[in-house]
Amino acid sequence: MQDAFAAAVERWPVEGMPTNPRSWLISTGRFKAIDRLRKTRREVGGEVEVIAELPEEPHDLVDDRLRLIFTCCHPALHPDAQVAMTLREICGLTTEEVAAAFLTTAPTLAQRIVRAKAKIRDAKIPYEVPERRDLPGRLASVLHVVYLVFNQGYFTRPDLATESIRLGRLLVELLPEPEAIGLLALMLLHDARRATRTNAGGELIPLEEQDRSRWNSAQIQEGVALVERAFASRSVGPYVLQAAIAAVHAEASSSAATDWSEIVGLYDVLLRAEPSPVIELNRAAAIAMRDGPERGLALIDAILARGDLQAYHLAHAARADLLRRLGRTSDAIAAYTQALALAVEEPERRLLERRLRKLGAQETV
Amino acid sequence: MRYLCLIYEDEKSWEKATEADMKQGMAEYGAFTDSIKNAGKYIGGEALQPTKTATSVRVRNGKLSTTDGPYVETKEQLGGYYLINAKDLNDAVQVASRIPGAKHGTVEVRPVMEFNQP
Repeated sequence: MQDAFAAAVERWPVEGMPTNPRSWLISTGRFKAIDRLRKTRREVGGEVEVIAELPEEPHDLVDDRLRLIFTCCHPALHPDAQVAMTLREICGLTTEEVAAAFLTTAPTLAQRIVRAKAKIRDAKIPYEVPERRDLPGRLASVLHVVYLVFNQGYFTRPDLATESIRLGRLLVELLPEPEAIGLLALMLLHDARRATRTNAGGELIPLEEQDRSRWNSAQIQEGVALVERAFASRSVGPYVLQAAIAAVHAEASSSAATDWSEIVGLYDVLLRAEPSPVIELNRAAAIAMRDGPERGLALIDAILARGDLQAYHLAHAARADLLRRLGRTSDAIAAYTQALALAVEEPERRLLERRLRKLGAQETV
Repeated sequence: MRYLCLIYEDEKSWEKATEADMKQGMAEYGAFTDSIKNAGKYIGGEALQPTKTATSVRVRNGKLSTTDGPYVETKEQLGGYYLINAKDLNDAVQVASRIPGAKHGTVEVRPVMEFNQP
């Protein structure tokens, strides 16, 4: 099985769709071909059922595609290799494209893929959908890879966001587990704000200043419906909860009209499901919106005092925002300066620089 | 397919263990060993004496050198192993996850090199 998988992975890009899919133990080729076919059909117009045209029953096909995803995202493989193989074998990106997106060189990435394939063969990583017992953990690593790809393209690579949404859709179609639905919803809702996230000058526009009329309402509708569907399953995990928070934002007509109590409540549940200082920080920011900046500031100061997020630019930026609202200008300038020293992404840096200029800080940074 | 499960644990924690802890630890390992024997996955396995009893042996230019201690000093030490039969890596990981040492130490799973495959 593994050899066939490795062979399929090698040969498909060169040879194209096999004439006799049965002779291919593995569906790599078919999988991509179907996707490509679907894309073409979509461009021509109208969703056409292509599975029926293939010489095998759909059930096998679903299994094959899932098998490929689970094999590419096997946690026993190097994380970079998981991402690279997923993008290459499932999304059809070239090694060069993947390398460019993840700021590494193509040879390095190719090397990782070669090693991963050798491990699949030598350690006998099975080409299969995990058993029910192992599914939650294994699905989590698949979702993690998809979300990683999505976030990697957040500012600079909208094509990666599109690919990860496509991948998310495929997962939901093949394996409608609540967390898979949650992740798709989360990506759709975040991506719905893409056009308003930065201005023409490439500066980050914070949520409260975004032009909500330009949010993608179709995507929001879809995302919200998915959140409801996931909630109906009663097992609510971190992706569903984050999507629910995004949905509350997406449905509010303005920052002031946002149901901040609802958001704080969701963060409380999320924090219990997945304790993390970053989630604590977001919860503190929501509490500041609900109860006023002092309350939020006290919480953020407590998180920073623990030393958890000292090097996280958004912790200092959030703190600076609250200090600004409280009129503590010199403290706010100090905090924005600290955030700027830590921020890497250009859009975020520009926003911080604007904040500093507005507060009348000297251009020393 | 055969896999070697190498169990790395902080050997000091065994030294510090009370008699009751020791007994419980032994019982857990005994139960685990029985369970994989019953499942037909057990090939072999042993616990090792601590690394202070280890001797490292090298031959260079035909000259034998022996040194006191393990090959590398690490925070957790190789303390025992199981050689198992498993269907594939997922199956092996499943078995390895039930080794009592996996709860506090680390179990390294290594496929055995098979030389006589047709």
